[in-house]
Order: sequence, then structure tokens, then C-alpha cells
Amino acid sequence: MPKLTKELLDTYKTPASPETGYIKVGMNTCGISAGAQKIYDAFVHKVKEKNIPIEIKKCGCLGMCHAEPLIEVKIGGKPSVLYGRLDREKALSLLENKSLPEFLVEESPGQKKIVLRNCGVIDPERIEDYLEKQGYQAIKKSIFELGPEKTIEEIKKSGLRGRGGAGFPTWRKWKSTRESESSDDNHHGRFIICNGDEGDPGAYMDRSVLEGDPHSVIEGMMIAGYAIGSSTGYFYIRAEYPLAVERIRKAIAQCYRYGLLGKNILQSDFNFDLETRLGAGAFVCGEETALIASIEGRRGYPRPRPPYPSVKGLWGKPTAINNVETLANVPYIILNGGENYSRIGTGQSRGTKVFALTGKIMNSGLAEVPMGMTLREIIYKIGGGIANNKEFKAVQTGGPSGGIISKDHLDTPISYESLQELGSIMGSGGMIVMDEDDCAVDVAKFFMKFCFDESCGKCAPCRIGTAQALKILEKITGGNGRREDLDNLKRICHAMQKASLCGLGQTAPNPLLSSLRNFEDEYLEHIEDKICRAGRCRELMKRPE
Amino acid sequence: MNSYETLPDQLSTYVNKWKPKKGSLVMILHAVQDYYGFVPKEICFVLAKELKVPLARIYEVLTFYHYFRLELPAKYRIAVCMGTACYLKGAPDNLDAIKENLNIPEGRATEDGLFTLEIVRCYGCCGLAPVMSINGKIYGKLDKKKSLGILDEYRQKETDS
Ligand SMILES: Cc1cc2nc3c(=O)[nH]c(=O)nc-3n(C[C@H](O)[C@H](O)[C@H](O)COP(=O)(O)O)c2cc1C
Ligand code: FES
Repeated sequence: MPKLTKELLDTYKTPASPETGYIKVGMNTCGISAGAQKIYDAFVHKVKEKNIPIEIKKCGCLGMCHAEPLIEVKIGGKPSVLYGRLDREKALSLLENKSLPEFLVEESPGQKKIVLRNCGVIDPERIEDYLEKQGYQAIKKSIFELGPEKTIEEIKKSGLRGRGGAGFPTWRKWKSTRESESSDDNHHGRFIICNGDEGDPGAYMDRSVLEGDPHSVIEGMMIAGYAIGSSTGYFYIRAEYPLAVERIRKAIAQCYRYGLLGKNILQSDFNFDLETRLGAGAFVCGEETALIASIEGRRGYPRPRPPYPSVKGLWGKPTAINNVETLANVPYIILNGGENYSRIGTGQSRGTKVFALTGKIMNSGLAEVPMGMTLREIIYKIGGGIANNKEFKAVQTGGPSGGIISKDHLDTPISYESLQELGSIMGSGGMIVMDEDDCAVDVAKFFMKFCFDESCGKCAPCRIGTAQALKILEKITGGNGRREDLDNLKRICHAMQKASLCGLGQTAPNPLLSSLRNFEDEYLEHIEDKICRAGRCRELMKRPE
Repeated sequence: MNSYETLPDQLSTYVNKWKPKKGSLVMILHAVQDYYGFVPKEICFVLAKELKVPLARIYEVLTFYHYFRLELPAKYRIAVCMGTACYLKGAPDNLDAIKENLNIPEGRATEDGLFTLEIVRCYGCCGLAPVMSINGKIYGKLDKKKSLGILDEYRQKETDS
């Protein structure tokens, strides 16, 4: 394999789609569990057996999980169409040029795909596919046109902020990591880490990107590494995502073969190595200092910040930690210019955000939308509204660190700031929709139980606070609540927010506090009338119709 | 039967490759679990010697991470997702039905050694909620009937073989 040069890189152009047509099968974890592998194999077999001149391809996920398995068909010179929920026999009949109008599906309108630009389009296991989509042109531009400072400047212009939770400006993190002093200014002086721990249960955009377009995250890592002056990067991916790990490993191996990783990348003097490390089922390891401890091979305990990882991170060296989605934005920004990117969005929240719509929603799946879109548009236009003709009750964003938002706030344009004002956070982008059958108290209890289980136990406010709050919530849902419990809950929450060591404990009260604020009447019903209107809390009565 | 006195070749190669790298313990434990299905105590003794670290250091890490198992799981490992999306879509009812059907609480194995039951947090397949996995294969859009039907399929497979 000849190593790629910057000239060779330009020879990859989008090929004209083959005359005879193609069929593409979505093969992410979700697609595969819905039967995509069997369908793909059947296609391959049939095409070979019958000598049919149709190309059978794999791709990642288009984000329409509700319609898996998803098959894109472009044959007979006709425009491409999407089919959903086909079984093997029906899928095979497509080869005979059958059309199955009742299984046609369409992508939801109103999306703007930057992070997901290649997901469901290219074969994630073929580097050539990525190269044909201007792959690795952005790192080339950084190295040969921009240099590290201007690369950071572009990111600054774009307004990109972290998509992993806190929303910290990416350029500032990079600049600070670049400028921090390192005890070793050679090979291992600085590090870049990709946070692929995705611990928020109900969020899966990072999995989807890692599985569907691994090279874009790798390229984002390279650019970050180049900008901060690092020559080593680590992917930290949760072990519960075996396919994501496999695809990233494959993609890394391809990069080494093509000379896109290793020494003298594209014949420049930029050297960069990438490794993968696995998580092992601890939510707290998504927190950056705990994650660093885990990569160092220790228990994933967080430590107080400052010093921030950008000053003292992995093995004591300056380290930039970025989320998967943040990094997947980077090649696009460098190629299209920061200013261009910053035209999308609202206020201090620029660009797009990928949300995972789940729960009682009609079309559950991923949606990438410009910041500033309202919750109502996302849930009703893109998500298709509430399933089974039920009434919308609330939407939970930000997972165990986020909040529960009631229908009074559906017209809020989403941004880091607006969600925070509502007592929630953007978080990683989980958006869990609840209907009238869900109980606000029960959901608050669910999240408190989660944080109680996942508290690492290092600091007392989090360890004891989650235990006490959970106990009170159990009392309330069990029909033994008292009025003063609500004040006690609030007191415990405030103590945890103030005194916990890391983000886990500081934000664990959010779901509880926001549900108390938005659904206090339900808490009171539980306590005083011993009624759970949703009928979720088994020890209580359901409200008479 | 496995003997745990020494590292099998495959693991030994892996350990040798990772030994010189800093912070490799978690990765090595992953490899051990992939090989045996759990992390045997005896292997930890061997690792302690190989890596020249105290046994306590290995156990400290091992017991922190939920992903590592200290006991051999049954032939079929059922893992029911109780992540938020699955929880709202009826996972607790499924879990109860499965527990009743297998007659075991979570964290245990059935008497015939066929199934173990675990709870996990989100496979990232929330669009197919509620979800469970059996030996890594993911089943989605479950209800009680479908869940129990899948268990029966595995039992059937067992009697057939
Ligand atoms: C308890 C806890 C869990 C977290 N889990 C994740 C996670 O799963 N993925 C992630 O990217 N960031 C997570 N974060 C945020 C990280 O600490 C960190 O801010 C982020 O990875 C930085 O990347 P970004 O600036 O690109 O967002 C978590 C934070 C806390 C406090
Ligand atoms: S919550 Fe069950 S798969 Fe995500």
C-alpha cells in the first residue's frame, strides 16, 4: 500500500453512482438487531447466484431507528428510495424491481446534517468511501495551509462548544492545552482523548457516529492533536459498544496502512498515533478526571479541578478531552470555515446538535437540528408526536444530570442557555419523551437510583445525599410521604450541588429539582391523596377517571 | 476444564504486548474476561506476578468496574436493559416476568446452569426499547410474551442439541 501524499489524496473523487444501481443496507447495532445482517447476506448471495448487476452495499445508520432495518434502493435509473421494516423475503423481492409502496419511509424534514453527514451514506468499514467524501482533506488543510494557531482560530470563529455535557468552548480548551507547560516536550508531552463513554442511558448519538462514520472522528482527533501539539490520542469507548470499538479499530488500522497515522503524515512533519481503550461499565468514568484515571489503569475516581486536564491531565501532562460529536464537527468546520459554521444556530450556541429521541415518541431515532429549533418542532415535526394517541407530558433532556421539562416550555428554542434556565442541561443530547402514563415522581426516583448506584463513593455529599434522597422518594412513591419530605429533599439537593466533588454529584439533583418545580402538584397528590395519576406507583391508587 | 495455573498462549501474547504500556491493567482484564467469560481468581495471582504488581492493586481495579465478573456465568447470559428509554417503555414488567419465569433474582444463575440474569444500562439501541441481550445478541421491541418466547427458544435449542 503506497502511503498517501497530499496529491494522491486529491485523486479521490465521488464516483458516479453505478448505472445499474445499488442497494444499501443500514448495518449499525440497531439495524443488525432488527435483522439487517440476514438481509444483507441474502442480498449478496442472491446477486451472486443470479448474476444480477446490482451493487450491494453496507452503511451506517440514518437515524430512523423506528423503521429498522432500513434499506436504500436505487435501481432502474429511478431516484433512490428508502424502505423500512422489511423482512428478508420482501427485501429480496426488491431485486426483481418490485416496489413496495406501503414500506416506503422518508427522512424527517428540518434536519441539518453535519455530524451525521456521512452516517447512512458511506460504508464505515471502507476508508475509500470516506476519502471520496473529502475525507482527510481537513487535516491536510490544517497542516499545509493553516498551521496550529489558525486551526484553533477557525474553531474559535465557528463558536463550537463541547457536545459532551458542559458546553465548554472547544477552542479555549485546545488553546489552553497547547499553551500549558509540559514536563516532556517530545513525543509524549500532550494528549488528546476522545470521550466515547456515552454513559447517559437513553442517548446513543456517539455510538451512531462511531459506528457509522468512524473516520470523521479520527480526523477530528488528528486535527485536535495537531492544533494542541500532541502526537498521541486515545479513544475511550464503553465496552457495551463492541461494534463501535471494532469499527474504530478497523478504521485506525486502515489509517496506518494509508500513512494517515504514524510518522510524517502526508509527508509533513506531523506524527500522530491513536489507541483505543475500553471503559468497563462505570458511569462516572465519563467525567473527564475519572476517565483519565481509568486510562491510567486505576479505579475511575474523579479528582477536584483545578488543575484542569488541559493543565495537568493524563500522566500529569496537558490533555484535551473532547466528546465524539464535538470532534465529528471539526473536519467540517476546518473545510468549510468557522464563519460558515457559525451562521447556523442561535446566541452563544452555534452549529447543530444531534438528539436521540426516545420514549413515547412516534418516530424514535436520531435528529440533527440547528441549535435554536424549538422542542415542539423537534418532538412533533421530526419525532412525529406522541405515540398511541396519548397526551404529551414532559421531556427529559441531559440524562441523569438533566431535567424534566413540562409542556409549558415546549416552545423554547433549544440552546445551552435556554435549557439551563429550565433547570435542565443540553447534556449529551438524550431526549426522552414522556406521556400521561409516566409519573414525574417515579422518573425522578429512577434517576436518583441511577446516581445512587453510580456514585463512586469518594465524596460524602454525593454518596450520602443520593442515598437519603432515594429513601425519601421511595417513601413517597410507597404511600408514606409527608409534606415536610419535600423541603428535606430540596435541602439535600442544595447540599449536593454545593459540596459534591465532581459533576455527578453536583448535577444528580437536577432531575429531582426540576420535576419538583414543574410537577409539584403530583408530588402533593402522592403525599396527601395517596394517588399516582399515571398509575405507575403500584402502592398508590390511580386517579379515578 | 480450564486450569488457571498459567496463562494460555493467546492471553500470554496479549499480556506481553500490553505489559510495557502504561495503564494497561483494565485492557488486560478485558482480555481475560473475553477469554474465560469472567476473571478467575487464580489468573489474578498469575497476572500479579507477570505484571509485578500487588494482587490488591488488581482487585482494587477489578471490583470497581461493574463490567467485570468474578464468577463464571451460565451458558446463556441474559442482560436486561434498564436504561431510561427501556424503563419507560416497560422494561420493569419484562424483567419481572423473566425473573418469575426463571425463578431467580437478578445477579443469579438458574439451577440448571442455563441462564444468568443481569441488569445493564443502555445498549444505545434505545430506539428499539425495551431491549435485552443474550450472550451479546440484542433483542428489541420486547414485551412480556416476546421475552418469554425468546427464553423458550434457547431452552428448545438446548433440548435439541
Ligand atoms: C458524571 C459525568 C459523566 C459524564 N459522561 C460523559 C460522557 O459519557 N461522554 C462525554 O462526552 N462527556 C461526559 N461528561 C463530560 C466530560 O466530563 C467532559 O466535559 C467532556 O467529555 C468534554 O468534552 P466536550 O468539551 O467535547 O464536551 C460527563 C461528566 C460527568 C460529570
Ligand atoms: S435505554 Fe435501553 S438501550 Fe438505551
